[in-house]
Amino acid sequence: MEPIIIEGTSKTPSIRFDSKEGIFEIKGRSIPENSVEFYKPLNEWLDSYMQSPLDKTSVNIRLEYFNTSSSKCILDVFKRLESIHRAKHDVEINWFYEEDDEDMLEAGEDYDSIIKVPFKMVEIVE
Amino acid sequence: MSFDLDNLISDHNPGDAIFYFKGNIDSDIINNVLDSIEFKLITINEHPRLRKKVYNVLVESLQNLYHHADHVPVGFKVGNQEKYGIILMDKNNDGYRITTCNFISNFRVNELELKIDRINKSTMDEIKDLYKDVLNHQEVTDKGLGGLGLIDIARKTGNKLEYKFKKFNDAYSAFCLSALVNEEKTD
Repeated sequence: MEPIIIEGTSKTPSIRFDSKEGIFEIKGRSIPENSVEFYKPLNEWLDSYMQSPLDKTSVNIRLEYFNTSSSKCILDVFKRLESIHRAKHDVEINWFYEEDDEDMLEAGEDYDSIIKVPFKMVEIVE
Repeated sequence: MSFDLDNLISDHNPGDAIFYFKGNIDSDIINNVLDSIEFKLITINEHPRLRKKVYNVLVESLQNLYHHADHVPVGFKVGNQEKYGIILMDKNNDGYRITTCNFISNFRVNELELKIDRINKSTMDEIKDLYKDVLNHQEVTDKGLGGLGLIDIARKTGNKLEYKFKKFNDAYSAFCLSALVNEEKTD
């Protein structure tokens, strides 16, 4: 299947989900007023990918800001990844946060406690 | 004296107002306010950690305003504005205070007050648990609203949410919400 690539804006993140390499990335700011509208094509793409995922899928989340509306949509993304992992495929989520951004670290820890997928916190040192 | 939302925030004893807006609330205004305040915080060389926290709380406050402000009640003279509100940010020795004011239907007042009081009575650990519970279990609307905004503001600031209601008529009240973002709570 074709990768899904969406360029970032001042309110929405860049998306690069490459089904050939198994490397997915969400990067930037995710603060749209209507996040469901933004994440809908991404979750639809994942629904297709879930039918025949690669043996290993690596997911990098590098968010600077995200609003609470996006937090629900990101959880939907993770729940799809959890389904892939439950079907005995390797999935890892790398959650990047800046060294003094405790809020972003805690947000990653929240997801880690909800989603049953190997979760790695990666500190970005300036 | 005519009814004015400004009356509700005049006794907040604000410090130096670094941003003030009064008028119609739409997506473009939200974007402009976010850009403008972020630029100001960078210009005054605010510490990146505090700047980021202020921006986070600002995003939630403005989007609460955008999504939850009810229409301007008949009889309130502001011209042809669909959603009227105030956005104020001031700075004093305690930190940055972000205040939003808008109209809401009276039938929503009780529920909103109960929600804020529940958050304010919770410990920080309870707020974190509440956030996770709502994140994981509450259905989102088709606009992506999931009832997390106020909980997130309380969690990120570590401070009580301050609020006021003032009845405008039998159908509508004015509602003001303030959140203090300060240095101490960012450690």
